[in-house]
Amino acid sequence: MRHSVREAVSSLRRNATMAVAVVVTMWVSLSLFGASLLTFQQVQLLKGTWYDKVEVSVFLCTPDTNGTMCTKGEGATDAQRAQIKAALEANPLVATVYYENKDQAWAEFQASHQGWSIVSSLGPDQMQDSFRVKLVDPRDYDKVVAQAAGLPGVQNALNLHTVFDPLFRALTALQWGAFGLAVLLLVAAVLQIGNTIRLSAYARRREIGIMRLVGASSGYITLPFLWEALVEAVLGAALAAGTLAAGVYFLIIQRAQVSIQSLAWIGWHETRQAMLAVAIVGIVLAVVPTFIATRRYLRV
Amino acid sequence: MITYDDVTKVYPGQSRPALRHVSLNIDAGEFVFLVGASGSGKSTCLRLVMREYKPSQGRVIVDGRDVGRMRQWRVPALRRQLGVVFQDFRLLNNRTVFENVAFAMQVVGRPASAIRSTVPEVLELVGLAKRADRLPDELSGGEQQRVGIARAIVNRPMILLADEPTGNLDPETSVGIMRLLDRINKRDTTVVMATHDAGVVDQMRRRVVEIVDGQIVRDQAKGVYGTQ
Repeated sequence: MRHSVREAVSSLRRNATMAVAVVVTMWVSLSLFGASLLTFQQVQLLKGTWYDKVEVSVFLCTPDTNGTMCTKGEGATDAQRAQIKAALEANPLVATVYYENKDQAWAEFQASHQGWSIVSSLGPDQMQDSFRVKLVDPRDYDKVVAQAAGLPGVQNALNLHTVFDPLFRALTALQWGAFGLAVLLLVAAVLQIGNTIRLSAYARRREIGIMRLVGASSGYITLPFLWEALVEAVLGAALAAGTLAAGVYFLIIQRAQVSIQSLAWIGWHETRQAMLAVAIVGIVLAVVPTFIATRRYLRV
Repeated sequence: MITYDDVTKVYPGQSRPALRHVSLNIDAGEFVFLVGASGSGKSTCLRLVMREYKPSQGRVIVDGRDVGRMRQWRVPALRRQLGVVFQDFRLLNNRTVFENVAFAMQVVGRPASAIRSTVPEVLELVGLAKRADRLPDELSGGEQQRVGIARAIVNRPMILLADEPTGNLDPETSVGIMRLLDRINKRDTTVVMATHDAGVVDQMRRRVVEIVDGQIVRDQAKGVYGTQ
């Protein structure tokens, strides 16, 4: 163990420039990979439970809301609720109608705003009851929106897709772009690690030859190379994790969460998950090519 | 201890076999010279025992185990039972004599206490006790070969394989090295030495196996280098 750590340290020192190149490539590629994960999470959070299942959301009146079909100071009554449900279900353009009461809406809001200060100042009464409507043909949304908006007790009827689809398309493009670049750079990092090992195996070929001669196990011969790659991977992953944390802190927590409070934003919970994924991918991508390269260059 | 059973070895990309139908038995504790011209197949015989190569045909049995069919992960255990000495010494020039010998113990995981007690003993045996702190470059050729031998025997192998160990040394120095190998042989280590140094073979009067073009042409107890 002591021997292998000592060998790894001296090898890192000998190939310092190569090690720096590997660490930087790892850093950038893992940061991009983490960013693509965070973008994916952000899109999922914004979509919430209903976005991918329904086209039209029909929000009902509460005592606090204003709307042409609302009675001032009163929420939708049970009778109105039943009429709205019946009207929607009778519409041949409608496939399915789900009902979400304000307690369910509150539970979802809490889940998507974990750790936010805004949660403590709200409660289920600030949420709205709603009908979530799936259509037979999504293109017919305007007719259903018009019908629902005219029913008594309905505060507002919306097709969220017309609002959010362009945003989600942009975010998804960003996510895949970052992911694609990450994959390219990770391939470069893997090749660099293979090259580093070849160089340090060459620099130490005399020692390695003698080790094989006197019966050192292949694990013993491989271990210094494994340490070397692990040190580079851990450094790269740590820098990437720091970059992600800084990005989330300065862009999301300090800016987006403050200026657009009504939307759900990713926070530390999602960042921790992305950091963990980055660390695992970084370590796997260091260890696997090390085993492959040592098998090739250090055959017993 | 070592048995070659109808062994043929053809190196990849070559049509002429390096060894052809070689059968040979070497008992524990023997001292055997493999003699012959360069390229006759002496070194190949040694390398098959170390499992640097596998035989193309036939079997090489070392201490009861078929080396050619041995699993890769068992090879290190085989090599721990062998000591190997080369013509070019193969020392690590940035390490002292002591460290060169200790290296062979470190890399097979022997404890530091064993290294501290065993290495001086072995250096004493090869006559280098006073040179322990020197670097290889500060030693004569004969002394460097003694370091190589010390490294080969420090893990107490059953078999010592020597490939032209006196090839780079003057006759006087060679005599000293041969005395050392003889002493190691008397400690129950089987010694197989490939050489074309007629002087040392004639002086030692041990078993001589002569190889010509990959075939054994002579196997003589207490032999000499050339056919008489």
